[in-house]
Amino acid sequence: MKRIRARKIRLTVNGKAYELEAGSQSDQVKPSHTLAHTLRETLGLKGTKVSCDEGACGACTVLMDGQPVFSCMLLTVECDGKSITTIEGLRDSATGKLDPIQQAFIDHTAFQCGFCTPGIIMSAKALLCENPSPTEEEVKEALSGNFCRCISHYQVVKAVMSASKEVR
Amino acid sequence: MENTYRYIGKATPRRDATEIVTGRTAYLDDLKLTNMIYGKVLRSPHPHALIKKIDKSKAERLKGVEAVLTWEDVPDWRGGTPRSTRVLDRKVRYVGDAVALVAATSEEIATEALHLINVEYEVLPAVFDMEEALKPGAPQLYDQFPGNVVTPGVPFFGPKSLQEVVMGDVEKGFAEADVITEGTFGYENMPNPLPPESPGVIALWEEPNKVTLWVSNQASYMDKITLFHVMERKVEVRTIGGPCGGSFGSKFMSWQVQCYAALLSRACGKPVKIVFSKEEHLAAFTLRPASRMSARVGMKKDGTVTAISGTWVIDTGYYSMTTQSQVAVGCGEVQIMVRCPNWNLKPVIVCTNRNASGIVRGFGGQELKCTLIPLLSLAMEKLDIDPLQFLKKNYVKPGDGYFWRDGIWYDYRGVDFTKTMEKGAEVFGWKEKWKGWLKPTWVDGTRRRGIGVGVHGNADIGEDASEAYVRLHPDGTAMLFSCITEHGTGQRTNFVKMVAEVLQIPINNISVTPSDSLVNPYEFGPAGSRGTYAIGSAIINAAEDAKKKLLEIIAPKLQADPSDLDTVDGFVFVKGEPGKRIPWRAMGVDRTCLGSGRFEPDYTLSNCMMTFVEVEVDTETGSVTLVRVVNATDAGTIIDPPGLEGQLNGCLGSAGIDSALFEEMILDRSTGHMLNANLIDYKWRTFSQLPVIDNVVLETRIDSHRFHAVGVGEIATSPGPSAVLMAASNAIGTWLHEYPVTPERVLKTLGKVTPKTRNGGVA
Repeated sequence: MKRIRARKIRLTVNGKAYELEAGSQSDQVKPSHTLAHTLRETLGLKGTKVSCDEGACGACTVLMDGQPVFSCMLLTVECDGKSITTIEGLRDSATGKLDPIQQAFIDHTAFQCGFCTPGIIMSAKALLCENPSPTEEEVKEALSGNFCRCISHYQVVKAVMSASKEVR
Repeated sequence: MENTYRYIGKATPRRDATEIVTGRTAYLDDLKLTNMIYGKVLRSPHPHALIKKIDKSKAERLKGVEAVLTWEDVPDWRGGTPRSTRVLDRKVRYVGDAVALVAATSEEIATEALHLINVEYEVLPAVFDMEEALKPGAPQLYDQFPGNVVTPGVPFFGPKSLQEVVMGDVEKGFAEADVITEGTFGYENMPNPLPPESPGVIALWEEPNKVTLWVSNQASYMDKITLFHVMERKVEVRTIGGPCGGSFGSKFMSWQVQCYAALLSRACGKPVKIVFSKEEHLAAFTLRPASRMSARVGMKKDGTVTAISGTWVIDTGYYSMTTQSQVAVGCGEVQIMVRCPNWNLKPVIVCTNRNASGIVRGFGGQELKCTLIPLLSLAMEKLDIDPLQFLKKNYVKPGDGYFWRDGIWYDYRGVDFTKTMEKGAEVFGWKEKWKGWLKPTWVDGTRRRGIGVGVHGNADIGEDASEAYVRLHPDGTAMLFSCITEHGTGQRTNFVKMVAEVLQIPINNISVTPSDSLVNPYEFGPAGSRGTYAIGSAIINAAEDAKKKLLEIIAPKLQADPSDLDTVDGFVFVKGEPGKRIPWRAMGVDRTCLGSGRFEPDYTLSNCMMTFVEVEVDTETGSVTLVRVVNATDAGTIIDPPGLEGQLNGCLGSAGIDSALFEEMILDRSTGHMLNANLIDYKWRTFSQLPVIDNVVLETRIDSHRFHAVGVGEIATSPGPSAVLMAASNAIGTWLHEYPVTPERVLKTLGKVTPKTRNGGVA
């Protein structure tokens, strides 16, 4: 198979520019690849978790141009030109300092098994970017698409509320 | 009492906290081994059929496919109790049963290959109801189990393993009763504990008979034990556990997915990863067992239970690995909840053509209580007995006893939990809110509130054996060898706190081995709330043993007797003369000091969880909303306050309280298909639906180990479901007896909608 005129997909992930080739070869981005798949399997960013893989649980939440999206529900070929932030991109890359939300999750033990945590943190990040002083109800609403089975919800709400004070 | 500990009872960050919040925690699906390929499972579309022919040639020819296995290609590996269920069989017994396994260089190719396998089935009649399955002439799932009755008993629990609760004289008991109630009650909705991380494994076979598995399990050492037996005791099994994205009991038994990967790896010589899809997780992994009980209880005016007799039918789905164990433990737990001298309670475990039931938090007792408490409530109503007073009166007290899972009678030597229950009631405001049976606490137009209460306790806090080593190093650090994975409870950190407390060294000076069966001693794993007492004891013993040996080594150098020495922060000192001290280094820089510890099972202690709930019912829409929950327990000593809070809040999910409100798997009883095997149609609680939860935790020194603590996490889910049923019944003034209390059921009970039958045709 000739590999001429392969379509390029340009993504910025956590500030780093990537140029991926679309196509059906094993090293290319297939039309069927979800953004979650590309982040995890092609770029090796395993912090984004896949649980339901059908847009119901929010575990795979990342930010696309600042908005929270389910990365299992987007095809990578549709994301050309987009800027993505994953859980790996929250920590300050220069200083290693955690994002205030991450620190608040540690301080409030706002996780149990931790599998849903990256998705919850990304949803919370999107909320606090848009609304730095949310009410508890607004926090709950913003996170209502995130499945957590251990029931860390109560500690998560406390963590996000305390992070919001930190951010302000 | 003032906490004088250095670490115990203090909130300390989880050791894996930074990894978790930065996304660096590597769960199973985040691992990638060199040359790793991917496995997929072809599943049966029929609930019951014989495989007449399989043509896999097309699939094998697909580029990228490395192995295709059918029942004809695999050894006679069997799971089940007794071993009954082949890893791949000529017969399929539920929609989703494994028919063939494929390994390929990518998941997509493996999936494509599944479509190229041609299977010819001879479809057999199927049975989906537990009582139908027991009738003469019902379709038979196994020759080994005539009448679809699974052989009772658990060999692992010993020759007398508990199969029923039979004692005293029930006829005499009923004669003494002031009131006798009877009826049939179910807890049949088969919720899924549903951790976010689906079951999965990576297996690497090495010739001639060795397999290494990277597992996601709360109890990774036990995979080695289970697989050793399944694999005909001919294979050397090594298991490596890692962070587990939730289990709630369920992943304790993952032998099937593990065998699939092992067989595929054996066939192609490469590491094979299989991770179930969410649909497989819901429709082809284990659910909570379904229970139906027809029983009679006798009660005196003062709430004394004089007799309990009946049949407890448990639907285990297409096979049972652990249902007998759940029945055994459930039969023990019910005696902890109800003191009664006369019992004749007979369980029957039945196979039907749906996916299997397995381990879930609550382990048998939740199922049994969810059916028994509604029956006891009928008697309490007749006698106008407050359920709180009833549960308080009848819960196990020092001097009482029970037959536990091994069929042996144990005298209970724990604490009296009356104070716990009273404190919980006070925080909840029970006295003010309780208006009597079938009476709402509050009414506003179509909105009515009611309250309910339930209780649960488990002597499995001391079940099974644990072993650990603690190794001391000359630089003042220590290493804990224990085959424990982190599955959400924070116990890997808590055990380090225990070691730190014994050795009086900073937490960060202690490392923990990976949960690899090759390097660690025997560990049953955290289950049944046994982590704190059972695993904790083994670890404390190991740390104490290491410390004792250290002091013996150092004593001559301080010209003192070991009994006059102690250690803190990596120094050994003479008691009373803290200036006379030398560092651990004095043991010699070319040595380590190893202590070992073991815990022997002890069933003489129980934990206790009482849950109070308030629900609001809208009699117009039928919706039931959980408004408030109060959990009351006594943990002896709290090891980690925020970790404990998380465990107690866990009462809602993982097939807990919400199994009374909306959680259920819907089985199409005409085709055998699960109709809601996805996270959209399977209902789960979201952040915007949180009730108020208050957790009341007492700390009465319990005679367990040196920190006087017992575990309580596992039981948090168990008292709630029956309490919800009670509360909703009280709210609407009529008995609701089916789980979950959906709007449809509420409106039906209120006579506002015509009953709809769910009985379909025959398959």
